[in-house]
Amino acid sequence: MTTLVIAEHDHASLKGATLNTVTAATQLGAEVHVLVAGHNAGAAAQAAAQIAGVAKVLHADGESLAHGLAENVAAQVLAIAGQYSHILFPATASGKNVAPRVAAQLDVAQISDITKVVSADTFERPIYAGNAIATVQSADPVKVITVRSTGFDAAALGGSAAIETQAAAADSGKSSFVKSEIAKSERPELTAAKIIVSGGRALGSAEKFNEVMTPLADKLGAAIGASRAAVDAGYAPNDLQVGQTGKIVAPQLYIAAGISGAIQHLAGMKDSKVIVAINKDPEAPIFSVADYSLEADLFTAVPELVKAL
Amino acid sequence: MKILVPVKRVVDYNVKVRVKADGTGVDIANVKMSMNPFDEIAVEEAVRLKEKGAATEVIAVSCGVAQCQETLRTAMAIGADRAIHVETDVELQPLAVAKLLAALVAKEQPGLVILGKQAIDDDANQTGQMLAALTQLPQATFASKVEVAGNNAEVTREIDGGLETLSVTLPAIVTTDLRLNEPRYVTLPNIMKAKKKPLENVKPEDLGVDVTPRLKTLKVAEPAGRKAGIKVPDVATLVDKLKNEAKVL
Repeated sequence: MTTLVIAEHDHASLKGATLNTVTAATQLGAEVHVLVAGHNAGAAAQAAAQIAGVAKVLHADGESLAHGLAENVAAQVLAIAGQYSHILFPATASGKNVAPRVAAQLDVAQISDITKVVSADTFERPIYAGNAIATVQSADPVKVITVRSTGFDAAALGGSAAIETQAAAADSGKSSFVKSEIAKSERPELTAAKIIVSGGRALGSAEKFNEVMTPLADKLGAAIGASRAAVDAGYAPNDLQVGQTGKIVAPQLYIAAGISGAIQHLAGMKDSKVIVAINKDPEAPIFSVADYSLEADLFTAVPELVKAL
Repeated sequence: MKILVPVKRVVDYNVKVRVKADGTGVDIANVKMSMNPFDEIAVEEAVRLKEKGAATEVIAVSCGVAQCQETLRTAMAIGADRAIHVETDVELQPLAVAKLLAALVAKEQPGLVILGKQAIDDDANQTGQMLAALTQLPQATFASKVEVAGNNAEVTREIDGGLETLSVTLPAIVTTDLRLNEPRYVTLPNIMKAKKKPLENVKPEDLGVDVTPRLKTLKVAEPAGRKAGIKVPDVATLVDKLKNEAKVL
């Protein structure tokens, strides 16, 4: 019984979610291997070798893997899947893209977004936008799993695993990468930030969103998030969206300004350690999950907060 | 080309579900059911592609209990031409649905299958990818823009940190993200017309698919509740509480 973790990386370094996934993998009690599939991703493989608890790093390097296309990455995983009892992906956009493809080809069910390992075949996962927690058991010979990073601590560094080189899978020829537009940001990554300040539709415009939320984020060294309503209205880019259909976050402190607290939003942030809600509507559902509620107009309260910090 | 659009009947997204006291599941006995919101976007996109002349026929499919036919009628009211209902009372998991859909893809030979990226009940986000694997077709998941040109589709996808554009050869599997489009409202005349559109009924056995669930749900529980919070009168008190009580600043 050995566990395989598929690393999420940008070729130069590992994404934080990989560390949380390794922690989930070590809880299964078996040896943990990490697959780094990419092109010129030697640095990411080196970083994976340093994660405590990792016994071996498999490094597959080839042009077919340069853009993480699902067809090619799945083929890479399937080439070695026979040696593993558990295959874990971080539940990120790329993990969710590839994992079910691997599971279907192995003819096994996939277990999505686990938040707890109960035993080697039993896991907890949220359903209905986090309004219920299901405990599921898999009888399949291989467990293909995606791991919700906020459910597990990040693995420590300090390991020194051996790196084994692997032949890269051939290109499927069915899909190709055209371009990407990555939003540039100096701020901490939303899913890894310790503090998040999040704005909703009440901000009224993209200009106001920036004008009000940015100074607060700057002051706190926080990431900026947004509700779906704010994103749909065009006040914030969609990669800032926190919620069931956006990012799931669990920072130390989450400040929600002008967010009513729809179920879809709460599903993305209600595991935060401390939640602060600033809203002028006393009936806003966000107040029911907030540790500290301030009933006030955000346009006066947020600048005041910036000054008081 | 034909476009196949799988749709799922789920608890309406506005309903706050309650966990059953015996922990066997959530109580959906008397709650409002609707089409999964991501699937509405999928139907809308297929109908728009037909209106643009990129597709000739839109076929809606739903797998599950008899009432799924209502969901299929909704899809036809949005503009799907006909519907297929794979009827079963067995609890269907994504792998089983993907196998049923793969059988229908083999039969209907669509140029494109458009699914929602996830259903808001099981939150699995698997079926589209699994269908792509079983049919050995390319996939473009979490689409926010789809452009069909000749034998290819160019799809812009929502990824962590921004957007990515892929080109896939047709036939292909696409799953929709929220910002792909805004589904139209169904009008009364279209609801009436949808009643006359053909709806074919098949069983999993007809398609040669074993739909036995692979995952066993041992229990379903309420999430851990949060401790009741407090109201603070002003910003100064808030800052003081965050610094000295919660110690997060």
